[in-house]
Amino acid sequence: MMDTFAALAHGMAVAVQPMNLLYALIGVFLGTAVGVLPGIGPALTVALLLPVTYKLDPGGSLIMFAGIYYGGMYGGSTTAILINTPGESASMATALEGNKMAKAGRGGPALATSAIGSFVAGTIATIGLAFLAPWLVDFAVRFGPEDYFALMCVAFVTVSATFGDSPIRGLTSLFIGLTLGLVGIDKLTGQARLAFGVPELLDGVEVTTLAVGLFAVGEALYVASRRHHTEEKLEPVRGSLWMTKEDWKRSWKPWLRGTMFGFPIGALPAGGAEIPTFLSYSTEKRLTKYPEEFGKGAIEGVAGPEAANNASAAGTLVPLLTLGLPTSATAAMMLAGFQQYGLNPGPLLFAERPDLVWGLIASLFIANCMLLVLNLPLVGLWVRLLAIPQPWLYAGILVFATMGTIAAKPSVVELSMLAGFGVLGFLMRRFDFPIAPVVVGLILGPIAEAQLRRALAISLGDPMTLLQSPISATLLGLALVALLAPFVLKGMGRFKANED
Amino acid sequence: MFRFSARLVGAAVTLTLAAATPAVAQQLELKLMAPAAPGGGWDQTARSMQQALVASAVARSVQVVNVPGAGGSVGIAQFVNSAKGDGNQLMVNGFVMVGALAMNKSPVTLEQVTPIARLTEEIQVIVVPANSPIKTAQDLAAAVKADIAKVTFAGGSAGGVDHVMAALFAGAVGADAKKINYIPFSGGGESLAAILGGKVTAGISGLSEYDGQIKSGKLRAIGVTSEKRIPGSDIPTFKEQGIDLVIANWRSVVAPPGITPEQRKTLSDAVEKMVKSDAWKEILKQKGWEDAYLGGDAFTDFLKKETVRVTDVLKSVGLVKS
Repeated sequence: MMDTFAALAHGMAVAVQPMNLLYALIGVFLGTAVGVLPGIGPALTVALLLPVTYKLDPGGSLIMFAGIYYGGMYGGSTTAILINTPGESASMATALEGNKMAKAGRGGPALATSAIGSFVAGTIATIGLAFLAPWLVDFAVRFGPEDYFALMCVAFVTVSATFGDSPIRGLTSLFIGLTLGLVGIDKLTGQARLAFGVPELLDGVEVTTLAVGLFAVGEALYVASRRHHTEEKLEPVRGSLWMTKEDWKRSWKPWLRGTMFGFPIGALPAGGAEIPTFLSYSTEKRLTKYPEEFGKGAIEGVAGPEAANNASAAGTLVPLLTLGLPTSATAAMMLAGFQQYGLNPGPLLFAERPDLVWGLIASLFIANCMLLVLNLPLVGLWVRLLAIPQPWLYAGILVFATMGTIAAKPSVVELSMLAGFGVLGFLMRRFDFPIAPVVVGLILGPIAEAQLRRALAISLGDPMTLLQSPISATLLGLALVALLAPFVLKGMGRFKANED
Repeated sequence: MFRFSARLVGAAVTLTLAAATPAVAQQLELKLMAPAAPGGGWDQTARSMQQALVASAVARSVQVVNVPGAGGSVGIAQFVNSAKGDGNQLMVNGFVMVGALAMNKSPVTLEQVTPIARLTEEIQVIVVPANSPIKTAQDLAAAVKADIAKVTFAGGSAGGVDHVMAALFAGAVGADAKKINYIPFSGGGESLAAILGGKVTAGISGLSEYDGQIKSGKLRAIGVTSEKRIPGSDIPTFKEQGIDLVIANWRSVVAPPGITPEQRKTLSDAVEKMVKSDAWKEILKQKGWEDAYLGGDAFTDFLKKETVRVTDVLKSVGLVKS
């Protein structure tokens, strides 16, 4: 323990060198910028910067990459809240309540709780990274395919039960997503499914294309269609721009709970950032004292998922640094960054280059502080965006959505899909189907399928393997409880408020 | 917005590098396609070539274009159709594309492109968890022969080099390659977790990917696929353990169809010059890639032979319908 403190102090000394501070600042700035644009994620940014940073010293450029990574997470939520366009799939849960808050003139508090929540979660998770990494990674490695499948089951149950006005609508959306998830080459046999001979479809449907199409394009079409009926009154600011005492009181618990979801799941090699954000959203919706506000802009629904999002980003670094195991696209690019300097992340890195590892961890703290300082004063500026006349604002959104999609994958097929998903998003909005479960289905469906089939291949087709693993059995039990609990509780009349 | 500024940064870097090179720099302005997303092996190869070509004054400028999709199937289709006869374009490809084209029933094949040169290769390794009862390649061979379905191999995507290698291993030890229990994971990272967690019998990947775990003693390497032992390494080859398994994950560069012999020679010369440059050697050392330069007709022959070998294996494991 003392060793860790000494090492961390040494790392701080490395990170606060003026040049490294500058790299961190460039990193968080770039990260925020690309996070704001849909389609251009932190992974692509790091990829583009790799050749440029080639001449920098390893410490400096890794610190910069860390800044981009954390910055991207902040930026993604800004657009999610303001214009209902999540910059990344992990910001989707934030858009659900955040955008409703922004439309009700509470964009300021929404942005603030997301920035402060990200800071709190990022800081706690980075402390976790510093102290728990070796222990956590042993646990994470024990997670087998059957355990992942069970985790996905938990996510499916909670998600479909949480979204939308009725379970049947939520499930319909989820199944649209699951079907889209089947498109492309089957990972286990290499056979193409639902690709209709279009080569661009062989890799499946891009998550960002679907999310941007459903959320941003769909929203723009919907707003346009309503324009001549009733002009939607947008109030840029109502009440305080900052969080009130009440907001703080309602935010701090979701921040902590979000962190508890985000960090461990992010540390799992196939955990990702989407599951914890949605689990956090579902949890907050169940625990809240103001269930009537959910769906209309409840601050808990922003605070929790945002904290989970950032905590999972720190969690991702656990397997990267201790095992050399990249578990997200951005982590894979950071691994390439390490290798560019002849460094191999893994069990030996902590022993061989402690200055670098601890410098990086320390710079995560600094990046976090910088992001808070950078983002809070901007809140006032960002909410002014909402004062832009609607036709201009949505025209701008369409331009950015299209540009982002082309930047990620320059092809006609991709653009046609964006337009198609936009229409789908419009229709779903028009007829009151929740759109988030579609994206959840697309992300989690293929993972759940692959993990189940892997588990069965390893057990030679014996389904009992799902119950023999203690982790899997526990998670499946949880899923079952989550599935049945609402019905049981409904009988007791407690969940009446949720059924509005 | 960012995309444009990144282009500017890229252009600025290219300009500075170009300015630093002597005036004898040729007028070659190349467009180099990486048929994959940024960050993967092909993309890194393309960006390294860009660096080396410009730094060694072989080309005045090189623009890298990413066309991701289906193991390169999307990229090569675009390359063959739109770059036909263009003597200033190149595309990076490799082992994985051979299998991907066969599996995706691609209308475009590698026979249509003009081969230029093989550049690098990565040696493959089979590992087992440190506490596994399997100590040598012969132990694994015995297990495979005893009950092939119970031996689970973890590796990269279906039909990739790891998968082909698992089938070749089974065939080489006299088992039925059709029955291998191969479990594909996306990328080396996820499979590593499954191996360390003891979920599978053995793991297959490029040596560099598992190097850290092998050195730290968490994984045991039971054999590498090179012809001869790697200098300074104590991992035995499969060959010296009596198993005929030689395979490498190679990467190469090709030109569009329909170019003139002169254009082909210009491109071949440029690549040969780049391979011999100090800048390229420096990059190989950094990335841990083996220099596997093979140019001219020798490479054309190699490409044909690998295509036949890989397609045969994929047919035998049922991934490609014959």
